[in-house]
Amino acid sequence: MNLQGDRRLRRRRIVNRLAEGSATVAALLAVLVLGIVVWSIAKRGAGELSWGFLTKDLPLFGQPGGGIAPLLVGSALLVGIATAIALPVAVLIAVFLEEFASPRVGAAIQLCVDLLNGLPSIIIGVFVFGLLVYGHPQNGWAGSVGLSIVMLPLVTRATQEVLRLVPTSQREGALALGASRWRTVLGITLPSAAGGILTGTVLAVARAVGETAPLLFATSIFGRTIEWNPGHALPNLPVQIFIWSESDLPEDHARAWASALVLLIFVLVTSLTARLVLARTRRRMG
Amino acid sequence: MSQGVTMPPMRPVDVAVRQETESQTHETVFDIQGLQAGYGSNVAIKGVDLEIYRNVITAVIGPSGCGKSTFIRCLNRMNDEVPSFRHEGTILYHGVDLYGDGVEPVEVRRRIGMVFQKANPFPKTIYDNVAWAPRVLGLKKDLDERVEKALQSAALWDEVKDRLKRSALSLSGGQQQRLCIARAIAIEPEVLLLDEPASALDPIATQRIEELMQSLKQDYTIVIVTHNMQQAARVADRTAFFSIDSDEDGRYGVLVEYDETPKIFTAPSDRRTEDYVTGRFG
Repeated sequence: MNLQGDRRLRRRRIVNRLAEGSATVAALLAVLVLGIVVWSIAKRGAGELSWGFLTKDLPLFGQPGGGIAPLLVGSALLVGIATAIALPVAVLIAVFLEEFASPRVGAAIQLCVDLLNGLPSIIIGVFVFGLLVYGHPQNGWAGSVGLSIVMLPLVTRATQEVLRLVPTSQREGALALGASRWRTVLGITLPSAAGGILTGTVLAVARAVGETAPLLFATSIFGRTIEWNPGHALPNLPVQIFIWSESDLPEDHARAWASALVLLIFVLVTSLTARLVLARTRRRMG
Repeated sequence: MSQGVTMPPMRPVDVAVRQETESQTHETVFDIQGLQAGYGSNVAIKGVDLEIYRNVITAVIGPSGCGKSTFIRCLNRMNDEVPSFRHEGTILYHGVDLYGDGVEPVEVRRRIGMVFQKANPFPKTIYDNVAWAPRVLGLKKDLDERVEKALQSAALWDEVKDRLKRSALSLSGGQQQRLCIARAIAIEPEVLLLDEPASALDPIATQRIEELMQSLKQDYTIVIVTHNMQQAARVADRTAFFSIDSDEDGRYGVLVEYDETPKIFTAPSDRRTEDYVTGRFG
């Protein structure tokens, strides 16, 4: 008996190896791209990083020194307000989709949430400008509304996922005690899902903090000191990185790299932690 | 509830009164007439006529797929949670149509408690598991006593009284199931529906649940679904035997025989019952 295979089998084996090989290379490419991005930003940005850089006001034009404290405060405010807007709405949407909606209505709203997720951020920027900024001075509220639109579908999705992990037996247990649907959601389902909702929110924060387009028209003309009032334009990292990178001055480029590195570290650390916690939650909930 | 029909008041204070006045005669709690139920186009049970009496343990036995669970879940409208659920016929609860206009499933379930096959304590403390429903229903007065009483009735108090603030998930399977019973009786329903409550438990835990049922019978009307005939023979006063029938509609469960438990097990009037209880099929 000949078990070595004929010519055709050898050809099939080669095709198989080629396909497997190119898929592996493509996968490695993803790692490589991330690696190059992190490495090049770290290499160019690390030199500028210092305690002073993190704690000082923005530099005067053309002057050396200065820091990014106002950008950190502003970005934190913008994302904080955006979270306060997006989180409750997103959780309610997810609760509606998973616990209340009829299949048909649910599918329609799910589609809208998915479309919202794919909305180009510049369109969100223009929308917010037209709705909240045009005719007024720039302000942080408008920027936060823009970021909350970015976060909304992300938090909705994450919440839906964990709600699905809550066992039906828990809901039945509560309903069998004469609790209404809403009390069941509030008292049993949501508390079980809280960890997952929190990590989903952190992931959305990591995504929103780097969004530039929704802020461009809303909060891009700001002072060089820390601004706490969202009624004014708030200094923020992504827009300032853009402004510095457009500058002619080499020291501004260095600041742009260093700020980019700060942003990158924040995003990487928060997303990684959130993902680890999420993986643990999933395992625990089965 | 509309149409002027009212269910009898079942507030906590009534339980004692009920015991004194009505322990002699067994009045009808459920009067089920021509019940057909199913999901989508599948018929799970057909033509079920049955009366369930107060302070009596009624067992529902039968082979897998005979619609025992579907039947018991009709009695507290748990099937409403399945979107494709359909039913015909009537279930009168103290003369009120359970599926009538204006009847609130939430109100039905508050009076007709249910314990499930797999213990499903909430991921909360032992205390909060029992206290959750009273809190939701606004029975916040003397909550500690209420919790203690429920745990005592469920024969769990002595085992957990020193660790009420510990997670309910730290309990053993049998303890968890008794906690679920305590949780159900904390709101003092009139009826307890038990859907194979001991099928996932070891013999000793099962025995404890069965003893518990005997003591709960004083205060509650109990309906238990079980695939375990010996269990039905041990605990039930009356037994309903369901079997599977089939016609052009497909396979569905039917009520074959319903009588005093000793009669079902020693002198059944239907051949199918005899075959089942003697172990010839099922």
